[in-house]
Amino acid sequence: MKILAIAEQRDGLLRGVSREVVSAAAGVAIGHEGEVDVLLVGGEGIEAQAAELNGSGAARVLVAAHGALADYHPDGYARILKGVVEAGGYNAVFLPATSQGKDLAPRLAALLDVPLAQDITGIAVVNGALELLRPVYAGKAFTRISVDATPVLATLRPNVFQPQDWQAEVDVESVEITEDPSSWPTRIVSFEATGGDIPDVAEAGVVVAGGRGLKDPENWNVLEDLRSALGNSAGLGASRAVVDAGWRPHGEQVGQTGKTVAPKLYFAVGISGAIQHLAGMRTAGTIVAVNRDADAPIFKVADYGIVGDLFEVVPRLTQEIRTLKGEG
Amino acid sequence: MNIIVCIKRVPDTETRIRVGDDGTSIDPNGVKYVLSPYDEFAVEAALRLKEARGEGEVTVITLGDDASQETLRTALAMGADRAVLLQGEVTADGLATAKGLAAEIRESDPPLVLLGVKAADDDGQQVGPMLATLLGRPCATAVSSFEVTDAGVVCRSEVEGGTRVLELPLPAVVTITKGEYEPRYASLKGIMAAKRKPLEKKEAEMGPARLQVKAMELPKERVAGRIVGEGPDAVPELVRLLREEANVL
Ligand SMILES: Cc1cc2nc3c(=O)[nH]c(=O)nc-3n(C[C@@H](O)[C@H](O)[C@H](O)COP(=O)(O)OP(=O)(O)OC[C@H]3O[C@@H](n4cnc5c(N)ncnc54)[C@H](O)[C@@H]3O)c2cc1C
Ligand SMILES: Cc1cc2nc3c(=O)[nH]c(=O)nc-3n(C[C@H](O)[C@H](O)[C@H](O)COP(=O)(O)OP(=O)(O)OC[C@H]3O[C@@H](n4cnc5c(N)ncnc54)[C@H](O)[C@@H]3O)c2cc1C
Repeated sequence: MKILAIAEQRDGLLRGVSREVVSAAAGVAIGHEGEVDVLLVGGEGIEAQAAELNGSGAARVLVAAHGALADYHPDGYARILKGVVEAGGYNAVFLPATSQGKDLAPRLAALLDVPLAQDITGIAVVNGALELLRPVYAGKAFTRISVDATPVLATLRPNVFQPQDWQAEVDVESVEITEDPSSWPTRIVSFEATGGDIPDVAEAGVVVAGGRGLKDPENWNVLEDLRSALGNSAGLGASRAVVDAGWRPHGEQVGQTGKTVAPKLYFAVGISGAIQHLAGMRTAGTIVAVNRDADAPIFKVADYGIVGDLFEVVPRLTQEIRTLKGEG
Repeated sequence: MNIIVCIKRVPDTETRIRVGDDGTSIDPNGVKYVLSPYDEFAVEAALRLKEARGEGEVTVITLGDDASQETLRTALAMGADRAVLLQGEVTADGLATAKGLAAEIRESDPPLVLLGVKAADDDGQQVGPMLATLLGRPCATAVSSFEVTDAGVVCRSEVEGGTRVLELPLPAVVTITKGEYEPRYASLKGIMAAKRKPLEKKEAEMGPARLQVKAMELPKERVAGRIVGEGPDAVPELVRLLREEANVL
């Protein structure tokens, strides 16, 4: 089984989710006489990042480098991918289910005329064919799906597939680019960063989420302190109530009309646990709830709960974690 | 400027999902269906654009069964001018849906087609950019606000850690996410007027579905964990559990 994994870079640096996708592909390929190629698209010099994929399970990294490809360009990237996929004769193509991957994959699907499974959380091989596990209805159910076309095209949810370490080095080959960027209709105007260095809630390994219980947007410093104590992989999330109130940006909303997240640790602080919120975070590894109402529904899904006033509990938690990490 | 909005009928977000007898789809008994929340944003965006420009027509299209007429009427009650029901079977294959929509939209070729970023049932997040690619049009996804200018449409697209601003020449396809377009409620007058607005029915032209659902399962219910304690005094024990039992610190 020959699989192509699409790597993702931003600002010329390989993103962590790339290794998850490559390892997931390798996990399938290795048991089924297969091999994995990675496609890395980026600006001049991006080939230096290929070494980051040593040991990820891939045999080859195909590098498509061009000044016009430094930043994600939907038209350009879709066309480059189409060329590489068609030339390679792949059984499957996997992308990360990041906003870039989820934007790019449907275009590729239409160009190749194959169906697409977005945001999958499991891959199995049944009687020689791929079977994909996909959450539907915002995580309230799962479907197992099979695809009646080649290649099987899917995007993989971040934080679900474990990156592996297989110790083998990758071969690097470059892809010839015949595309003329002036024929790409979309013009990229600008990128406005919001979160600084804080990872996005959908990709963060640890999420500290706050709800109406915080009472005032000013009080978010309580959560920000906890987040920073937890380290660089921690991000901030929010309930819809506080997003609608304008306290937090909608990029932070977790739930049915926000983002679906699967961090290894999720703190729900002053969040009641409405069904639409639970839909977005129930696949988290460990859930911790802090709420002063012992009957709040959030405690029904939380692994650990503390009943109490968040303004007393959270600062103490921050302090204990700092102490644990030797910073207090 | 004429605008087409593609909308979808989905189970209400409050719905408790049960697996149906076929084992591959939900049990529709007792399920209340609504206009998908993201599609409400898209309808709202189209209506505001029309109102700001003082001209143009907003057409809503859905691909589905006869029951989807109700969803079309909801959008008409919000203020859309016309509706089209493409009669066809909605499957898990978003490309088949996109082909059905493309066949219809190719004919009228409006400068702007809006969709929701994702349907709230299937979370496919695909029909918009597929439709655009099939039509050979540029597309921006997850757009929280946009503006039509002389050069085309300038879109603010929400991505991890920020906002990407894109300019697309018209005609274009844009998928809408939560942001500027808090949907209006239909007024009583709007609901009455919707009953008389044109709703056309046609047979959808779509390919076969090549993505098969073999089984639908409910997620393992999370077992409620334990209340570690009350107030700040419970914190040291929580930290110990996170470290030693859950292994996450
Ligand atoms: C009655 C019903 C039964 C279904 N049964 C199944 C089932 O058994 N198994 C299964 O896996 N899935 C089922 N679905 C889900 C199915 O709708 C597909 O997932 C869908 O065709 C692919 O689109 P999406 O939901 O992934 O759309 P997305 O790509 O998430 O939708 C994005 C946007 O595209 C537009 N759009 C999507 N679909 C339509 C449409 N039909 N008409 C107009 N605009 C649209 C909307 O603007 C929407 O916001 C069912 C849906 C309905 C309504
Ligand atoms: C179509 C639709 C889509 C939706 N999508 C989403 C979505 O994507 N995401 C989402 O989150 N919601 C969504 N909702 C809204 C959802 O139903 C809830 O209204 C929302 O999640 C409530 O937010 P909350 O928990 O912050 O507020 P509340 O429900 O008001 O809860 C606040 C909690 O804080 C606790 N509290 C108060 N003070 C303190 C204190 N000092 N210390 C400790 N605890 C305290 C209270 O006990 C309470 O449990 C959606 C709703 C609809 C209808």
